[in-house]
Amino acid sequence: MIYFDNSSTTKPYQEVMDSFCKVSLEYFGNPSSLHSMGAKSEKLLFQAREQMARLLKVHTNEILFTSGGTESNNIAIKGTALMHRGRGRHLITTEIEHPSVRESMEQLKELGFSITYIPVDHNGIINVNDIADAITDETILVSVMHVNNEIGSIQAIKAIGQLLKKYSKVLFHVDHVQGIGKVPLSISECFVDLCTISGHKFHGLKGTGALFIRNGVKISSLISGGGQEWKLRSGTENVAGMVAMARALRLTFQQQEKHLDKMIKIKDCLRRELEMIQGVTIHTPLNHSAPHILNFSIKGFKAEVFVHALEEKEMFVSTTSACSSKKQKASSTLLAIGVPEDEAMSAIRISLSYENTLEEAAQFIEAVKETVIRLREVMK
Amino acid sequence: MNYDRILIRYGELSTKGRNRKHFIDKLKRNIKQVLRNFENVKIEGNRERMFVLLNGENGSEIIDHLKNVFGIQSFSPAIKVDKNLENMKHAALTLFKNQYKDGNTFKITTKRADKKFILNTDEINHTFGALLLKNIPGLKVDVKNPDINLQIEIREEAVYLSCENILGAGGLPVGSSGKSMLMLSGGIDSPVAGYLSMKRGLEMEAVHFYSPPFTSERSKQKVIDLTEKLANISGSIVLHIVPFTEIQQLIQKQVPENYSMTTTRRLMLRITDEIRRKNEGLAIITGESLGQVASQTLESMFAINDVTNTPILRPLITMDKSEIINIAEKIDTFEISNRPYEDCCTVFVPSSPKTKPKRDKVRYFESYTDFDPYISKAVENTETILITPQTVKQESFEDLF
Repeated sequence: MIYFDNSSTTKPYQEVMDSFCKVSLEYFGNPSSLHSMGAKSEKLLFQAREQMARLLKVHTNEILFTSGGTESNNIAIKGTALMHRGRGRHLITTEIEHPSVRESMEQLKELGFSITYIPVDHNGIINVNDIADAITDETILVSVMHVNNEIGSIQAIKAIGQLLKKYSKVLFHVDHVQGIGKVPLSISECFVDLCTISGHKFHGLKGTGALFIRNGVKISSLISGGGQEWKLRSGTENVAGMVAMARALRLTFQQQEKHLDKMIKIKDCLRRELEMIQGVTIHTPLNHSAPHILNFSIKGFKAEVFVHALEEKEMFVSTTSACSSKKQKASSTLLAIGVPEDEAMSAIRISLSYENTLEEAAQFIEAVKETVIRLREVMK
Repeated sequence: MNYDRILIRYGELSTKGRNRKHFIDKLKRNIKQVLRNFENVKIEGNRERMFVLLNGENGSEIIDHLKNVFGIQSFSPAIKVDKNLENMKHAALTLFKNQYKDGNTFKITTKRADKKFILNTDEINHTFGALLLKNIPGLKVDVKNPDINLQIEIREEAVYLSCENILGAGGLPVGSSGKSMLMLSGGIDSPVAGYLSMKRGLEMEAVHFYSPPFTSERSKQKVIDLTEKLANISGSIVLHIVPFTEIQQLIQKQVPENYSMTTTRRLMLRITDEIRRKNEGLAIITGESLGQVASQTLESMFAINDVTNTPILRPLITMDKSEIINIAEKIDTFEISNRPYEDCCTVFVPSSPKTKPKRDKVRYFESYTDFDPYISKAVENTETILITPQTVKQESFEDLF
């Protein structure tokens, strides 16, 4: 099996599963309970938070545990809007955000907020000056993803952070779900106020995530109840999941240090070989793109057909993003970078993990070539 | 070429005359402790300077650790080169380029300790200033407020180049001023008192009073966590945990309620003094701040201090709460102290404690009970743990992370 769909989700590491099982079975106490079982769970949760903070080079009390990227994005955006609606009712984001950002924005629009969507160029990258131009007295939040989930383009987060530093009223949210463990981001050097990550994108478990909230930044809670997580997110904490996520992040950073060069080689190889196949257009920009995502179209084939054809050979790739691939609509990201609609309908995304090898890439290329020839014959 | 060592300047230490060697040895040992997880690091010290040789270890992490070590006035990531002018130029340029960002200004500070060096100070400044200006377009000089200060130190044995000057924690190396006992409650004040004492070179052992089931395992954990934070600075701290339940119950029975707090403090002090004697300490440190609570009025201190003539050091005595909290936040203990568990001071608080207890009265109330055997028993059953920066993690769960 060749699994090239790691931006949809990754396989949990064995060690991560071990931690999850052990904590679930042996330390199942509620961290809020007074007795020693509760204390042990609380300590585990604290240690998980401490490890996440250390790895992300932030303070322990800046890590809010959530159920994943979608929730973190929702809390960051709607929490900011609720808390600061008195300051202003304008939010800025880009045209190529994940649905959890876009739809949060749309929901706020219905509530009377105004939203500016910054366009991207043909490489999928925004112009920082456009943000500067869009800021008004009413602006309270700018939300920009670090690495795009569909084409892998990388935004100039540092430049945006430096720009926003001048506006004390405007908070800066970064969706770092696809970037973490692949494209380094210094939260402090980029002046980020809110930052989303998701556990299952780096070999942790589904249902685990975190939101970095800079000390001093205030946002409203969306989930009320027993007051866990500094009253920002009530509900009994997922201790086992968070311990597992902390471990997954440590292991992922280790892998990144060891194998990033290999990943870049694999991507370069795939890119080079795919480009040589007739009818293939690569949508992922050559520069300023993540080492693990490669998006391309093969002229004349519906993406879905191609995904299933590869599946027969036990090779797993994705049409656009997992979250929108069931909708049978062309990817809005691809349309935003100016890909014609018919081409966008045939877009395939490869996304790598550090476990993938050059041999797999070679096999994959062979399979693509075969499939193209076979399907062309059928379709003639 | 990146920096390969960190140059450490001693500050106040250098004025300590004949004790200097003792101080420098202490500092070296403390730095070794703090950096013990960086296996390849080597530390070299002489009378003037100390060097941490990185040998490939992560420089910026080491810098973070060094910032908390007392006895260091300032330090700089540096490169060592031989006294060959071409080599110096090459090193200076690469080091500078590493640090340089567009639009930065610079100046050069030369220290020519080796008076036999071929160029004099002005000539060195000129040579290297010209070198940088020629090679980095757009670079400007600003001698008053430069972004980068390239420091060139010419010593007998070699030349050291550095671009950054990082302020150290100041003070004296922990352990250079003798040993004392810190009464550690778990509140905000006592860890800060401990921190400030360490700043002036005191070595500490912490004493905590534990009253199960009135106080929980979590309040004990809190104290262990606080001690670990302090151990991050000194390398390790011995923590004495005194079983106190029996004595507290006895006090409730034997002493009128409004004096129970005064007696409690007197007995805590007697026990701490006994532990101090056994461990050869010379003083007791508390987190008292004048007038903060009932037990910290001058009258209270007078009545409590009555039980010993061991010096009691109160580093926070003149500080406001807000000043104390500022330091607690800086040393990362504030959040731990704020965890909401009962501790020995909060459980038995009388509804209206005397703010002006009389020494003679408290002596009189206590005269009906012989506390000595209870004190001996508590001291005897005291649990002693050595806390190092890794304790909290080692203790459990390591395999889960």
